Amino acid sequence: MATFRVPEENYYTKDHEWAQVDENVVTVGITEYAQESLGEVVYVELPEEGQKVTQGEPFGVVESVKAVSDLLAPVSGTVIEVNTSVADDPGTLNDDPMNNGWLIRIEMDTEKELANLMRAPDYKKLISK
Amino acid sequence: MADQNLSETPLRHSHERLGAKMVPFAGWLMPVQYQGLREEHEIVRARVGLFDVSHMGEIRVSGPNALASVQWLTTNDVGKLQEGQAQYSLFLNENGGVVDDLIVYCLKKNEDYLLCVNAANTDKDWAFVQKHNRGAVLENQSRQWGQIAVQGPRAVELLEKIFPGFSACAGFSLLKADFEGASCLAARTGYTGEDGGEVFVPWDKTEKLWEKLLELGAPLGVSAIGLGARDTLRTEAKYPLYGHELNDEMNPYSAGLGWVIKPDAKDFVGKEKLLEGKKQALQTKLVGFVMKEKGIARAGYPLLDADGQNVGVVTSGTPSPSTAENIGIGYVPKELAEVGTEIFVEIRGRKVKAQVVKTPFVSKN
Repeated sequence: MATFRVPEENYYTKDHEWAQVDENVVTVGITEYAQESLGEVVYVELPEEGQKVTQGEPFGVVESVKAVSDLLAPVSGTVIEVNTSVADDPGTLNDDPMNNGWLIRIEMDTEKELANLMRAPDYKKLISK
Repeated sequence: MADQNLSETPLRHSHERLGAKMVPFAGWLMPVQYQGLREEHEIVRARVGLFDVSHMGEIRVSGPNALASVQWLTTNDVGKLQEGQAQYSLFLNENGGVVDDLIVYCLKKNEDYLLCVNAANTDKDWAFVQKHNRGAVLENQSRQWGQIAVQGPRAVELLEKIFPGFSACAGFSLLKADFEGASCLAARTGYTGEDGGEVFVPWDKTEKLWEKLLELGAPLGVSAIGLGARDTLRTEAKYPLYGHELNDEMNPYSAGLGWVIKPDAKDFVGKEKLLEGKKQALQTKLVGFVMKEKGIARAGYPLLDADGQNVGVVTSGTPSPSTAENIGIGYVPKELAEVGTEIFVEIRGRKVKAQVVKTPFVSKN
């Protein structure tokens, strides 16, 4: 089994999204484990700027050749930036899911929701099962 | 890791040595991919690939009543088959729905037939065959035969190295041949739209044959191919997959399978209800389509007409590695089945444009 990078500073969902928090702005992507499990990503559907998202609810979709998976928002808030380049080149999610493959930036409603997310040690445990 | 109740093919350890990702499929632990679905798909279209299809079921029907039984059990005319010939066929239930699709191999005219059925349906088929048997000797040989499909433009060349004479076999015929002392059946059939064969080999010789095919195939660029690519390849060829295009309720005339149904030649299980439903079934057609706007059609998504009315359903859909388009198969009313017709796929509430096209999506290399 490959080892996956799980940066300490990020938060994680049990559905394999990462969330990088910079004050009240949260950048969201999928983890290396997620991209490996999905296989080749061929389609990404993302929300528009200004759209509201809710913690744990779908904000978009990622599709491999074989499967459709919802992308779930790690926090509630307003989408303030969308990485449209991944929609044009979905392979970025396989090549570089932690950096260039980021998906959206959310202005979060409340920091309190971060308590519902995992930190790196717990996420590492989850994916080593 | 995997469910303990899963069956394993004789190639399980070979797959693991090749680094396959193993998944549960139809009750079996099967390789879904090795180096990558797209690469594997392209290898089969360009060179030659090996598929472990040992999970497929095999039912032997023999004895003096074998022909009469297979005629009654299946829709195609088995009487036409000479020794060494094969035909695509169907089992129907009493309502005229499809129990399974299968290939009937004639090992000896009138008295010995091998029926190759889908892994997911083997138990159901075995019960069906036992129930409707007309005095033939039946044997479920699913655990006696391993099966390896060898597919691609170089496949026949590879099979010829192990089974001399195979290249002279016509399509849908088979060669009885030995491999290291074991009796095998090498058939000129497949499920990819490419030339090649499917070899029935005794369970305990399957791994040896697999290794031999890898070794002799190396100069031809052979690779092991997983179930993922098997599905994209068959979808491009518009071959039906049971559970998608076919099911227990589906009248096979809708699926365009009238060519394997021979009601004038004989009687068979389900014939009466099948014919009662024929006229209505022909109002619906199984078509191929390509997406004209962004989005991938998936099995179960609704198909819509220009007014947004729900008129049909997607049965299979995938990005096509060969054409670089998103392709799909689905049932539509016959008025919308003409090549060139604009239809729509409902994807997560959006109405996404598609167009009915000629199939297969990819023709043989």
